[in-house]
Amino acid sequence: MNFHEPVRASVRTVFLRVEEAFDAPFGGEDNPFRHLGAMGLYLLWIVVATGIYLYAVLDTGIEAVYRSIGYLSREQWYLGGILRSLHRYAADGFMLVMMLHLVREWCYGRYHGFRLYSWMTGVPLIWLAYVAGIGGYWIVWDQLAQLSATATSELLDWLPIFSEPSARNFLAPDSINDRFFTMLVFVHLGVPLLLILSLWAHVHRISHVDYLPSRRAMLATLAALLVLSLLRPALSNPPADLATVPGELGFDWFILFLHPLTDLSSPAVVWSLLFGATALLFALPLLPHPKAPPAAVVDAANCTGCDRCHADCPFAAISMAPHPLRPTYRLAVVDADLCAGCGICAGSCPSATPFRKRDTLVSGIDMPQQPVQALREQLEGALAGLGGNSRIVVFSCARGADASSLAAVDTAVIPLLCTGMLPPAFVEYALRSGADGVFLSTCRNGGCEFRLGDRWTDARLQGRREPHLRSTVPASRLCLHAAGANDSRTLAAALAEFRARLDALANDDRLPPYLRRASHHA
Amino acid sequence: MLKPAAIVGQVILYGAFAAFIGYFATAPKYRQIADDVALIKLSISHLGDRECRKRTPEELAKLPPNMRAPLDCPRERSDIRLEVDLDGQPAFATVMHPTGLYKDGVSTVYKRFEVKAGSHQVAVRMSDNLTRPGFNFVKEEQINLQPGQVMVIDFNPDRGGIFFK
Repeated sequence: MNFHEPVRASVRTVFLRVEEAFDAPFGGEDNPFRHLGAMGLYLLWIVVATGIYLYAVLDTGIEAVYRSIGYLSREQWYLGGILRSLHRYAADGFMLVMMLHLVREWCYGRYHGFRLYSWMTGVPLIWLAYVAGIGGYWIVWDQLAQLSATATSELLDWLPIFSEPSARNFLAPDSINDRFFTMLVFVHLGVPLLLILSLWAHVHRISHVDYLPSRRAMLATLAALLVLSLLRPALSNPPADLATVPGELGFDWFILFLHPLTDLSSPAVVWSLLFGATALLFALPLLPHPKAPPAAVVDAANCTGCDRCHADCPFAAISMAPHPLRPTYRLAVVDADLCAGCGICAGSCPSATPFRKRDTLVSGIDMPQQPVQALREQLEGALAGLGGNSRIVVFSCARGADASSLAAVDTAVIPLLCTGMLPPAFVEYALRSGADGVFLSTCRNGGCEFRLGDRWTDARLQGRREPHLRSTVPASRLCLHAAGANDSRTLAAALAEFRARLDALANDDRLPPYLRRASHHA
Repeated sequence: MLKPAAIVGQVILYGAFAAFIGYFATAPKYRQIADDVALIKLSISHLGDRECRKRTPEELAKLPPNMRAPLDCPRERSDIRLEVDLDGQPAFATVMHPTGLYKDGVSTVYKRFEVKAGSHQVAVRMSDNLTRPGFNFVKEEQINLQPGQVMVIDFNPDRGGIFFK
């Protein structure tokens, strides 16, 4: 029996509900739960920026580092003290956000297929983050640093990697010398640098990466951490003394939780958990998962090499190569391993306009599972069957709110792989072929399964991105509504409101009808 | 423009985020060992002994002049046997094996004992050549440990063998 899927589905339900609840005060753009990766990166930049200052002003040496960081917290609390606190709290926030990001991507099933590379490159980042975080606590060389250094070395000594126990370095006060801090600087600067390099690898197979969250989210997060730093500044514990065991200490459970876990169990249990969890994360893509959808297909005869699909693909699956048939032209080339099968490229293709007169509509790039020819036929068939006062065509995202129940005599529902796959010309085509209004149901802002579908749809319809909806199309006859998987009720209400608006409209803004088969263009 | 309710909601949620971070960054407090407990760390790193044979003058004469070492020593080191008694009771016993592919490295042990603070009789016996009977290094002492104190049992031939600090 497969236990994984029910567990994943349960967690996904919880995550989705939380995200939707957070949409109420934040909106999709500012909702931290919808931008956990960008939030993590932002917190990391805070850690790096504050760390550069701390690195510049801290003295190195057993007593000097403790003294100088103590000076920062006490005498220079207004700058160094706050930066130190920000450094610590942003690091804790990074750990929290990183783990939430991991759980979110897992529960949404984003660990196989075209996302395999990002998943695999993300797993080692967790190790790097914890190595950097634990090493950071040692630099202060207070009692917490002593506890962590001793506990970490005892944990490491369980592995057969050192010829002599590394814990011997922390036996007695005279075991430590200033060279220890050279090693610490290497760990605490070198590992974060490696972390940043690995983060570049982690995101480099997706395009239009959100390197930072929205400006409002950044300012609010920084303000929250600043207030925390002022109210509860990060301070050192008493200086380390290897001749005694530290007493009760304020403990950072985000980063140092491994030490109590080791004390409660054993190094063998902890290493088994760590290696087991890592192996499980790496092995997740091997578990049963849905078959990859068909990849986009390029038709060389219809591809003009305009570059729009290349620019719009959320997963960098499209590259441009010299066109084999047209000298000086270029041709889109799809990497099937990276293709998500979202159809956003088909929606961006200028040759995908339904106004083309060919009986068989073939576009430069298309989706085998829902080609534009089939979409045009489906639309024409639906329009032919519509009746009532206000005939509405609903284009809905198959991964957003379920719109199938909205179908009625006066309402045709056409589900799409993603609303991003709808060429804007289809809206005008529908309005000129008998529809009184077009209703587009996208995913919630930031909730697109394919990252950019809702964003590109909105930008194209607003005329901010090519291919754009022509300005002659009356805005009153188009409704764009964002609805998540649990928003069927609000979707129905939005459609009813749109219908009422259409009913009240005069007919003078109607576009002239377009009869494709009756036209005789050259 | 944000609605007032959204602003209030955001302030509450960012505040909750900061409070969550602030709390678990320092709390609950953690104590590694109890108040009335001291720690004894047994940490020894030592090259085991090896049986060397004195070369005869004839053997030395056969060797090139630059290689006429008087002793012929094997590369491998002996295992080391170690026993620790605490208050007259056996607390730990082990045989440490030399490290290295050729078993020519140091033999090491690291072990920590949590004991009640106060006076304790500690006896440590070590043999670094198992071909000989008995223990060639012995240290026994009455020690008095303060709460939270760390006492180290180490070995250094230059300091007379086993020593406590």
